[in-house]
Amino acid sequence: MDSYTVRINGFTRSVEASDPDKPLLYVLRGLGLTAAKYGCGLGQCGACTVLIEGRATRSCQTTIADVRDRAVTTLEGLGSSSSLHPVQAAFIKEQVPQCGYCTSGMIMSAAALLAEKAKPTEDEVRSALDGNLCRCGTHVRVVRAVMAASGQAG
Amino acid sequence: MTLAMEPSHFSRRAVLKGGALTIAFALSGERADLFAQDGGGPPRILDAKEVDAFFAVNGDGTVTVFCGKVDLGQGLRIAIRQMAAEELGIGVDKIKYVEGDTAVTPDQGRTSGSSGIQRGGVQIRQAAATARKALSELAAQHLGTKPDDLIAVDGQIRPKVGGAGILFADLIGERRFDLKIDPKAPLKNPSSYIIVGKSLPRPDVPAKCTGRNIYVHDFTVPGMLPARVVRPPAIGAKFISVDESTAENLGAKVVRIKDFLAVVAADEWMAVRAARALRAQWSAWSGLPEQDTLAATLRSAADITDEILINKAAPDAPRPEGAKTIAASYFWPMQSHASLGPSCAVADVRADAATIWTASQGTHGNRATFARFLGLPREKVRLIYLEGAGCYGMNGHEDAAADAAIISRAIGRPVRVQWSREDEHGWDPKGPPQLLDISGAVAGDRILDWRVEMWLPQATRGLPNIPLLGPEAAGLDQVRGLNAGQISQNGDPPYAADNVRILVHWLKDAPLRPAPLRSPGKPANCFAVESFIDELAAAARVDPVEFRLRGLSDARGVEVIKRTATLMKWQARPSPGPDKDAPIARGRGMAYVHYKHDETYVAIGMEVAVDRSSGKITVERVACAHDCGQIINPDGVRAQVEGCILQTLSRALKEEVKFDRSRVLSVDWSSYPILTFSEAPKVEIELIDRPTLPPLGAGEAACTPVAAALANAIHDASGVRLRTVPFTPERLKAARNQQST
Ligand code: FES
Ligand code: FES
Repeated sequence: MDSYTVRINGFTRSVEASDPDKPLLYVLRGLGLTAAKYGCGLGQCGACTVLIEGRATRSCQTTIADVRDRAVTTLEGLGSSSSLHPVQAAFIKEQVPQCGYCTSGMIMSAAALLAEKAKPTEDEVRSALDGNLCRCGTHVRVVRAVMAASGQAG
Repeated sequence: MTLAMEPSHFSRRAVLKGGALTIAFALSGERADLFAQDGGGPPRILDAKEVDAFFAVNGDGTVTVFCGKVDLGQGLRIAIRQMAAEELGIGVDKIKYVEGDTAVTPDQGRTSGSSGIQRGGVQIRQAAATARKALSELAAQHLGTKPDDLIAVDGQIRPKVGGAGILFADLIGERRFDLKIDPKAPLKNPSSYIIVGKSLPRPDVPAKCTGRNIYVHDFTVPGMLPARVVRPPAIGAKFISVDESTAENLGAKVVRIKDFLAVVAADEWMAVRAARALRAQWSAWSGLPEQDTLAATLRSAADITDEILINKAAPDAPRPEGAKTIAASYFWPMQSHASLGPSCAVADVRADAATIWTASQGTHGNRATFARFLGLPREKVRLIYLEGAGCYGMNGHEDAAADAAIISRAIGRPVRVQWSREDEHGWDPKGPPQLLDISGAVAGDRILDWRVEMWLPQATRGLPNIPLLGPEAAGLDQVRGLNAGQISQNGDPPYAADNVRILVHWLKDAPLRPAPLRSPGKPANCFAVESFIDELAAAARVDPVEFRLRGLSDARGVEVIKRTATLMKWQARPSPGPDKDAPIARGRGMAYVHYKHDETYVAIGMEVAVDRSSGKITVERVACAHDCGQIINPDGVRAQVEGCILQTLSRALKEEVKFDRSRVLSVDWSSYPILTFSEAPKVEIELIDRPTLPPLGAGEAACTPVAAALANAIHDASGVRLRTVPFTPERLKAARNQQST
């Protein structure tokens, strides 16, 4: 059993794992941080997206060894109900989620996009989110919310 | 056997106590009494004829609504609160809400068929009207006045003329109504509504946007162990042998009951690894038909029952000269629910009782099924609804719940079963394949003949539930049969025709286990009917909207078509349009449905661009006019209509379950792709509110005309008529080549 130091949502934590290839997704969920969702485990759906050093990353394709000494942000750490991240606030205002299983990954991908580019075009939003699937068909609202979060209300 | 345990949600306490990686199975003392009723108090009335089944007036002035239907993200949680609050005369914020728990909510039937509001909500509204009447009568006694002089507002009954009222809580707080729902209890006049008709926000949205919503996937009970089921490589394969050592070396335990094979570990990732590593031998099986000839296989099936749904003849109508006769065949493939999260469930099965946490859309209806295969009395089985990844009929939720129950019983622990992506795509019950042949004759704009033959799997009469995989594999008792929902509806034209004959060839079997999939059967039937009406219009050289309107007498139907045409700035002309030989051909199409012929009215228009050389279809714009009667929550309806349109666009453009003779091959998102952001068009929706009419469903109807509107737009753009879903570039190119030869 090895021990890994990881900074998760601003707190330095020591995480034990017997398998260095244990995906970060399972580590996070095991810690009770269940916002990141298991959708495919194959890097195809985006439901597990978290930020690693600010970049949107598929936590199912990232191992615990990969994040040693690095900063991981999950949706729980992005904002809270008392201090929402602008993307969260816009998702709530636009009433985006239906089942909401994809929502955490969507918000993380969108937050990473806006950190990199404050005023993306609608096409840039769509292509940044192309790896995030939604089965309930919330796409129209997601795009609207991300545009609104970047101060470009349509 | 020793299970090494890594830090995880349920073991955190053990870890914090300083014992690092102690043995699992040490937490059973912490089990709560799972059968304790929420909040104590007298046992709840569950008879859906009783007011008390739906409402409890609490001492603190709140009212709890107990709803047997469940919210899967479609917004019932707010819409039903609105209906109840409005009818009772209390603020929405004073309504507490409990859903889908068999121990405390009445059985209102499965949450299916877009019936949440139209039946579930309406039932609760009538219960609320009955309760309000009873509260008014009680208050009248106290106030020495007549009930008619009183009004219910803000959770109290007070004189209409003003003055002090009495709080609901003071009239009946913490006590029962002991009252049957009165179907004649007067409902409020919709013109006085202050809550119904407002776009109030859905209460689950903030938690879903901050990662705090507890899905069944996130739910834990003390002592719970993660498990994965190992399914055979061929659907009908039988278990031969297993080498348990690979799993045991990883610290997992193998559970096997006949053909049911699973691994249980102390940690989810260990369970995943053990399931992957497990080496089992299975018998060979290749009972599936050939995919490439599936339509022909359905058509030539020997074991069928024919049923004539409609046989309308106008024998005296003289047949005009110059009638054109056309015939076409349409095919819709098997499709998956393709839920974004693989199914998951938690079960705690003990010797004398069982509790199952599930995202099933039919907790009540599954009680008897679970009781039967677990060998328990029905009243000792409790199913508690927790949200899962969106489901649109029946995905693997119930199967995962049965898996968890079987394993929990075998190991005597609460168990969580999480399906893999491959499990979900491979084993969820599928929307069945549908084949329709249509022939028709038209003279001028008059439809002389309209004949439909459909090939569909026949529902087993009285089947309580779709058979589940776990009990089947483990040889446990369950009722067998097929059911895919009301799949023969909307196969007849809504337009005037002299002769109409609708014949169903009911098939005894289906290639893969079928289940209702959103708007069951109707997207395919409407695809055929509404494509064919365009084919007739094209044969008659008449504009397709005009052609529809000439044959349609239902005013609400006419209105949705006209409004959609206006949204589209529709230019009347026959199809195909002038652009058809351009490299990028643009066009527009329309389709209409009166859902189930007695529910919601929808018309959908689409604008597409077709790249003739690559076959790529780009949907540029979708417009939809939607009339679901009285609207409870406009934004909720809008969200549902958007979802219907985008999900069905995905089905029409991209989705087909791929299989060989043994198994499903499309088991991930690259072999079973769905709509992406780049492919999602602009969607414009116009809602028609009819406050004085009954509310109708909005979760399915708008799915129905999507594929036809798309096919009609593709034809209008390019002259290519697609009659097989999905409309992939390869299909478009093949149809183009075929039609130009
Ligand atoms: S779960 Fe990681 S991409 Fe699907
Ligand atoms: S909201 Fe259900 S998958 Fe996106």
